[in-house]
Amino acid sequence: MIEVEDLTVRFGKGKAAVTAVDGVSFTVRTGEAFGLVGESGCGKTTILRALAGLNEDWSGLVRIDGKQLMPKRERAFYKLVQIVFQDPYGSLHPRFTVNGTLMEPIKIHDLDRPDERIDRVLRQVGLGPAFRFRYPHQLSGGQRQRVAIARALILEPKLMLLDEPTSALDVSVQAEILNLLTDIRDSTGLTFLLVSHDLSVVSHMCDRLAVMNQGRIYEELTVEDLVQRRYRETYTRQLFEASLGYDKRLSTAQVKALDEAGA
Amino acid sequence: MTAAIETERSGLVGYLTAEVSRSPTQASLQRLYFGCRRFAQNPLAMVGFFVLVALILIAVFAPWIAPFPMNEQNLQTRLLWPSADHLFGTDELGRDIFSRVVYGSRITLQITCLVAVIAAPIGLLVGTVSGYFGGWTDTIMMRLTDVFLSFPPLILALGFVAALGPGIRNAVIAIALTVWPPIARLARAETLTVRSSDYIAAIRAQGAPAWRVVVKHVMPMCLSSVIIRITLNMAGIILTAAALGFLGLGAQPPMPEWGAMLSTGRQYLLGSWFLAAAPGLAIVVVSLGFNLFGDGLRDVLDPRDE
Amino acid sequence: MITPLLEVEGLSVTFKTPHRLVRAVRDISFAVGKEKVGIVGESGSGKSVTGRAILKLTPGNGTVSARRMQFEEIDLANASETEMLNVRGKRIGMILQDPKFSLDPVMRAGDQIAEALPPGLTKAEARERVLEVLEAVQIRNPKRVYDLYPHECSGGMGQRVMIAMMLVPEPKLLIADEPTSALDVTVRMQVLAILDDLVERRGLGLMFISHDLNLVATFCDRVLIMYAGRIVEECKASELRQATHPYTQGLLASLPRIGDRRKRLATLVRDPAWAL
Repeated sequence: MIEVEDLTVRFGKGKAAVTAVDGVSFTVRTGEAFGLVGESGCGKTTILRALAGLNEDWSGLVRIDGKQLMPKRERAFYKLVQIVFQDPYGSLHPRFTVNGTLMEPIKIHDLDRPDERIDRVLRQVGLGPAFRFRYPHQLSGGQRQRVAIARALILEPKLMLLDEPTSALDVSVQAEILNLLTDIRDSTGLTFLLVSHDLSVVSHMCDRLAVMNQGRIYEELTVEDLVQRRYRETYTRQLFEASLGYDKRLSTAQVKALDEAGA
Repeated sequence: MTAAIETERSGLVGYLTAEVSRSPTQASLQRLYFGCRRFAQNPLAMVGFFVLVALILIAVFAPWIAPFPMNEQNLQTRLLWPSADHLFGTDELGRDIFSRVVYGSRITLQITCLVAVIAAPIGLLVGTVSGYFGGWTDTIMMRLTDVFLSFPPLILALGFVAALGPGIRNAVIAIALTVWPPIARLARAETLTVRSSDYIAAIRAQGAPAWRVVVKHVMPMCLSSVIIRITLNMAGIILTAAALGFLGLGAQPPMPEWGAMLSTGRQYLLGSWFLAAAPGLAIVVVSLGFNLFGDGLRDVLDPRDE
Repeated sequence: MITPLLEVEGLSVTFKTPHRLVRAVRDISFAVGKEKVGIVGESGSGKSVTGRAILKLTPGNGTVSARRMQFEEIDLANASETEMLNVRGKRIGMILQDPKFSLDPVMRAGDQIAEALPPGLTKAEARERVLEVLEAVQIRNPKRVYDLYPHECSGGMGQRVMIAMMLVPEPKLLIADEPTSALDVTVRMQVLAILDDLVERRGLGLMFISHDLNLVATFCDRVLIMYAGRIVEECKASELRQATHPYTQGLLASLPRIGDRRKRLATLVRDPAWAL
């Protein structure tokens, strides 16, 4: 579904230029759920935004569904690839009702039977028709994220890009949203590319994952490898251990390494 | 469970306060209803609102309110002091000042509305386009705006009227030219914050063309601050119009424009102060009304503390 | 039982909004000794409000009431604003989520820490003290960090400067509200190790407010679980997995775990009775 070769994204020009993504390559098979894990600033979201067509300043070779991507996309591309953002409070237009938000993609792509589509997609994300004419401020965080997922689903894409879809939510709501995404994947066979800083979320949702740091992919492994601790990189081990909780002995040892890297 | 116990209010209020909206019209009407309720809770804003309603009513029903035709001269009864016949007295040509102030409301309303209708869309368009596209578009449009902003508004308006020739229509154009640049600046600043938000990224990721993003998604976010700004500017517009009238570059005699009336009244200030006081008071009241209304509007449209 | 530094009985916090009264914290009681006490809960559970209420830092529309709120010899419940000034920062320190918002951006890190020192020290003495506390938070090269501006510090370094600042007046109790949520996971562990070390060596009490069950369970000694303004459960952190309250169990079950082969996560069914 996705083939990325040597993707590089730079921000700024000349001396002040920052390389956010540095020659990244990976492949995601059709129907697979692939995770990109890393800490803030590692470039994982930047990759997602470049793939979604939100950033045109990138170089490298990207193929989605067999077609090579140009920085500028055709309208049909957006029917193929959709994105869900991290912050459900910021990703819905505050002046649009749920209906208005879901109506936009239908109008842009000139689809037929709008009411039927909206009702169906709202049911699919577990919101009844009662939610159709509410404004975002009348919804909880979890409900907003469901609307955001509905907005991505309404174009019936083949690839869904998920940018930390649950990191702004409480754990109990996170579980609901992750279950919803699992159900959607089961029923539609969508391909997922999930970006997260949370190794346990990625291991729950994905089949394979890539660990990123400082704009590069350190290593790629299957979730099975991860569970069996068959990682090669120290960095992956650190992430793994951190996800288990606090460990006094390990953490105290790490403090010493912080000073050089920290300042 | 609770839904069953909760008694639903019926009728119009029930429709407007219903927890669940059933149609887009209901959703937007509910928004309007709650906005109005908020507005009504602010007494000063309501004062402003009633001043504006009064202004509109007076302008519409001027011929019925005014006891005399606005331009009827009678040299026998010139410079009469306020009395039951002539509420605000008469001017140097024996015209009833009250009637002239009443008719003058039409001119004031006309000027403010026209300026708002011309300046707000221009400012909004220039600001949002400039802010959204950035780069060269932004540089060119903002430098142009800077040129307009670098003159004091009154001087700029004077210059334009001097070039175009005196008269109400030219005064409106001239004032509009001074009003749009700050609005463009404001709209641009709003656009810059809106542009980087996720909901704009989301609509772009759905393949919306740039014009659609600007018109449907960016503009509504800037609209409320533009409306607030232009309402608060109304006082300034009225004063500029009056100033142009005062300097003889706006409405031409014998039109009962408040500024022009003030200007002629100045010559009789010592003997017959009411000549200047009546239109002056009208200007103050209406300007204040617009300001109070604008402040109230800001609380409703721009609720930062929600 | 360790002798408590802070004892709270019947603490309630109520906020007045234009439409209704919001009872954010409802009649809770707890004690903190020289230990790490975690307060966990979801957003809106009242955990942050509790932390602030102890220092009476509730916003203007909120009212704090308590039957008893005793911190060492000070009666916080009836303390005046002037008395509170001697408590805040001096006897009880507070660490917030993001150091970027709590540090003055145009002042060098060392000088900010020096501000917290008692007056009457010479410049050299002040500098010496600052370097000492920087070392206490395990900054290897305190002289260099002294001269850094906040934007030149990484998140972990900034948070350590923040902690150092809090340590200067030698408080007895630290209230940390999500101190590590804004930090990267690897850095997070290091900051926790520093806090851990301070509690142990200086005999501090730490109130650790967090939404992260996993973290609290592994870091703290005791855990209070809050829901809808109440403490629904209190237990030893090591025994959190055996928690009895359905809310706590539900939260634990909804967490994804590495190596857990459930296809679907358990979701929490909220019982209105919990909030009573």
